[in-house]
Amino acid sequence: MHEVALTVNGTNMRIEVEPRMTLADALRDRCDLTGTHLACEHGVCGSCTISVDGRAVRSCLMFAVQADGADVMTIEGLANGEELHPVQKAFQAEHGLQCGFCTPGFVMSVTKFLETTPDPTDDQIRDGISGNLCRCTGYQGIVRAVKRAAAELNGQS
Amino acid sequence: MKPAPFEYSAPTTVAEAIEALSHDDAKVLAGGQSLIPLMAMRLSRFDRLVDLRRIPELSGCTRVNGTVRIGAMTRQADAEHDPIVAEGAPLLAKALPNVGHYQIRNQGTVGGSIVHADPSAELPTAALALDATIEIAGASGVRRVPASEFFLGTMETAVGDHEIVTAIEFPVWGPGSGFAVEEMARRHGDFAVVGAMCGVRIEGGTVAQSAIAMFGVGSVPVRCGAAESMLTGSTVDGLDLGAVAQAAVADLDPPDDLHASGAYRRAVGAALVERALRAAIEEAGHA
Repeated sequence: MHEVALTVNGTNMRIEVEPRMTLADALRDRCDLTGTHLACEHGVCGSCTISVDGRAVRSCLMFAVQADGADVMTIEGLANGEELHPVQKAFQAEHGLQCGFCTPGFVMSVTKFLETTPDPTDDQIRDGISGNLCRCTGYQGIVRAVKRAAAELNGQS
Repeated sequence: MKPAPFEYSAPTTVAEAIEALSHDDAKVLAGGQSLIPLMAMRLSRFDRLVDLRRIPELSGCTRVNGTVRIGAMTRQADAEHDPIVAEGAPLLAKALPNVGHYQIRNQGTVGGSIVHADPSAELPTAALALDATIEIAGASGVRRVPASEFFLGTMETAVGDHEIVTAIEFPVWGPGSGFAVEEMARRHGDFAVVGAMCGVRIEGGTVAQSAIAMFGVGSVPVRCGAAESMLTGSTVDGLDLGAVAQAAVADLDPPDDLHASGAYRRAVGAALVERALRAAIEEAGHA
């Protein structure tokens, strides 16, 4: 077993993991943060997307031992208390989800995407979400949600 | 979908990494974006993974002796946005956004993709097109292998079991050069069904240097020498790019698989070569 010290949503944590445990599993089973969802478990679907040291990554394609010293943010860390993050609000307002299983991954991907592309074109939005799969919505609501979130974030700044 | 158990080492120097690789059935862990899926599906299992992420000297892009030298552990996203790469190796800068999705490029490394040697991957093809040199370190020292001798087969390279790739050097083409990447994939970011990368350097209306490389057309990326020889030395205005593109695919025998037939890959490949050549020539300033 390896001891891993990392920051998750601003809280310092120490967890014990086998080397083969992915960061996604460690977040769910060691940190009790089950908002990060696992679907394909081999890097195709994007459901497990989180932020590691400020970058969006697939947490199923990283072992927890690799995250020693890392600053991790999951979907649980996005809202400000009871106040949802603008991306979360936009997904709700634009019906950017149906079953909701892929939503944490989408929200994390979109949040990071809008940090580097604050005023995206339609093509850039579709490219930005191409690493996440949704089987319910047909993506129209998600694209609208990204536009709404971008507008709100730009209005804030 | 859980990997088999393994031991984990995180060395902080190249020497320690080579030492760690010399024991057990050990494997290098670079960005993990190809390796971890293979392990999750139990297509691969190892006694030990040697994680190179903690070796600082393996990351970064520099301009050295007429080349852009990229540390093997440089993340693809970092190379993609590095002005040294954009200026000195524009073909690589154009290829990088096509590698996976941006979340993959945030973790995936330049060296990792080249050593993984997937025949439909962009970075091995860019290395081949630009005549890159791959620097390999092992117990007996450092050796340098040209890209043309590096890719041996599907996911097979000249790197030995107890060696690591430390850097890749991409030669800088001079003024008057232009580059283009064209590929066909089912969805942006997916593996390409077929693709082409072209470079030309034009001096006084004549093609002084050219490169055409294709991927997704066999077990390794290929250079199209016959087509290049139709370009180099010719005047740009008289070029029949359609004929050059046909020459590029003439000797190829791409595989049939679920995604496309070999004949389809050849037909699309020729169109992509022509399109890439046209764009490269235009960029070189001779539309």
